[in-house]
Amino acid sequence: MSADEALASRMVLETRGLTKEFRGFTAVDDVNLQVQDGHIHALIGPNGAGKTTVFNLLTKFLPPTRGEILYRGKSITRLKSNEIARMGIIRSFQISAVFAHMTALENVRVALQRNLGTSFHFWKSEKSLDHLNERALALLDEVGLRDYADILTVEMPYGRKRALEVATTLALEPDLMLLDEPTQGMGAEDVDRIVELIKRVSKGRTVLMVEHNLSVVSRLCDRITVLARGAVLAEGDYDNVSCNPLVREAYMGSEAAEEEGAQA
Amino acid sequence: MSDAQTLARPSAVMERQKRAIMRRNLFYVALVVVGLVAPFVAYPVFLMKVLCFALFACAFNLLLGYAGLLSFGHAAFLATGGYITGYLLASYPGLTPEIGIMAGTLVATALGALFGILAIRRQGIYFAMVTLALAQLVYFVFVQAPFTGGEDGLHGVPRGELLGFISLSNNLAMYYFVFAVFLFGFALIQRTVHSPYGQVLKAIRENEPRAVSLGYNTDMYKLVAFVISAALAGLAGSTKTVVFQLASLTDAHWHMSGEVILMTLLGGVGTLLGPIMGAGIVVSLQHVLSQSPLGNWVSVILGIIFVICVLSFRSGIVGEIARMYNKNFK
Repeated sequence: MSADEALASRMVLETRGLTKEFRGFTAVDDVNLQVQDGHIHALIGPNGAGKTTVFNLLTKFLPPTRGEILYRGKSITRLKSNEIARMGIIRSFQISAVFAHMTALENVRVALQRNLGTSFHFWKSEKSLDHLNERALALLDEVGLRDYADILTVEMPYGRKRALEVATTLALEPDLMLLDEPTQGMGAEDVDRIVELIKRVSKGRTVLMVEHNLSVVSRLCDRITVLARGAVLAEGDYDNVSCNPLVREAYMGSEAAEEEGAQA
Repeated sequence: MSDAQTLARPSAVMERQKRAIMRRNLFYVALVVVGLVAPFVAYPVFLMKVLCFALFACAFNLLLGYAGLLSFGHAAFLATGGYITGYLLASYPGLTPEIGIMAGTLVATALGALFGILAIRRQGIYFAMVTLALAQLVYFVFVQAPFTGGEDGLHGVPRGELLGFISLSNNLAMYYFVFAVFLFGFALIQRTVHSPYGQVLKAIRENEPRAVSLGYNTDMYKLVAFVISAALAGLAGSTKTVVFQLASLTDAHWHMSGEVILMTLLGGVGTLLGPIMGAGIVVSLQHVLSQSPLGNWVSVILGIIFVICVLSFRSGIVGEIARMYNKNFK
C-alpha cells in the first residue's frame, strides 16, 4: 500500500473541488476537505464564510454546482439526504430538531424503528414497537434523560432538547455525525454539558461540526478547517490555526491585524 | 429523584396509559351503541348523510391532522367514488351494491395516487393549489363526460341488494350498512394513526427535515397518507351515491373541498372524533336552515361560524373539550 492509499483509507469524508454558486455568486469555492477517521473535525469561519452552505452540501440538503463528495472512498455526490442517512451519516440541526408533540421516548423510538422494516405498516398496532422501549430508555439514560421519557418534548428545556437530539442520533449508530452549531443559543452551563456529551459519544465515531464558539472548538476538536469567503483559509490543530495571522485577520478584521503589527 | 422513584415511574405511567386506553375503549363502545339505536330516534336518511360526510371528514383529517397536508381538492375523490359507483350500478343491474362501492373506491384510490404523485413534492400553499387545480380538472371532466349526465347528474341509481339478498331499499337496512362502512373507515384511520407508520407520519408532521436526516423517504410516507385519505373519501362518496341514489356535480365542486375543511376545523383537526362532530354540526345546520326562512343564508351563516371558530377556538370543539378535560381531571 502506498502512503497515499494508506492516507485515503483513513479518510471518512472527503470533498474534491466542492463548489456552490448561486446565480453567479460563489458561496463555496473549490473546497477540498478531508475528515480523518475518529477525529472531531471543526469547520469554523466568520459570518458569511460559507460554513452552513458547505454543511448543507455535505448533508445533501443542497446540490453542489461542481465537485465531488466521497464517503469512505465512495462517491455520495448524487445521493439524497435520506440515502446517506442510511449509510451512517447523520446530521443535526442548528435549531434543536426534535419531534415536539411526541414524548422523549417516542422521539428516540422513531429513529430505532427505521431498521425494523415495518415503517409503512399502517395496519399494525403501535404495540409492535414496544420491544424497542428498553433500548430507547437506555439511550435516554446515556444522555441523562431517563426521567424525561414520558414527557412531551415541547415541554422540555432547550438544553435537554439538544441532548434528546443526540440520543435520537445515537439510536441510528452513526459512523459519521455532522453537527450544525451544537451549542448555538445555549447558556454556559448547557454548553459545558453538551461539550461533555459530544466528547463522550464521539468515541469510536467521526464528527464534523460547524461551530462558532471557539472555546468549544479548542476543547473538543482534533483538527480545524477555517473557511473565509467560501474558500479554505487554513487548516490544522487549534494551536496552529489560532496563531495563523490570516485567520486572525479574517476573524477580527484588519484592525486586529494592525494592532498585532504595531506590537511586533 | 431517588432510584426507587425512577424505577417506580415506568409502571405508574403504564398503569395510567392502560386506564386511559380502557376509558377510550369504553367511550367507543358507548358511541357504537348510540349509532345502533340512533335510527329509532332520528330520521335514518339524515343520519346516513351525517355518517357519509363524517367519513369524508375523517379521511380529510387523516391528511391534514396527521400528515400536515392541506388538500384543497378532496371533492374530486368524493365525486369520483360517487360517479363510478352510480354509473356501474345504474348500467349493470346485476351488480350488487358492495361491488359497485368497491369499484368506486378503487378508482378514487387510483386517482388519489395520481394526484399524490403530482402534488406531494410541493409544500404548504403550493400543495393546496396543485390539489385544487387537479380537482378543478376532474370537475370539468365530469361536466363533459357522457357517462355522468353532465349538469343533471346521475339519477335513479338502484340501491340493490347487499350480497345479493339483503334489500337496501329498506332505510333501516341501508342505515346499518352505512354504519358498518363508517365503522370500518374509522377503525382503519384509528389504526393508521396508532401504527408504526403513524409514528413516522407524526414525526414528519413535527419536523420533516429531521425525519429525512434520520433516513426516512418522507415523500413516500406522505404519498401513502394521501392515497389512504383519497380511498376513504372515495368510499364515502360511493356509499353516499347508493344512499341517495344519485351522483351530482355538487360533490365535485370546489365548495365541497371547502366544506370538508370547515367540518374538520370546526370539530377539531388532528382529533379522531372532531371531524365526526364537525360533519354532524354542518349537516344539521344545513338541514335545519334550509327549511327555515333563513334558507338562502346557509353559506353566510356557515361562513360566520367558520370565522368565529378560527378566531376563538382554533383546536375545534373536540380539541377544546379535550383541553378542558385534561385541565380539570388530570
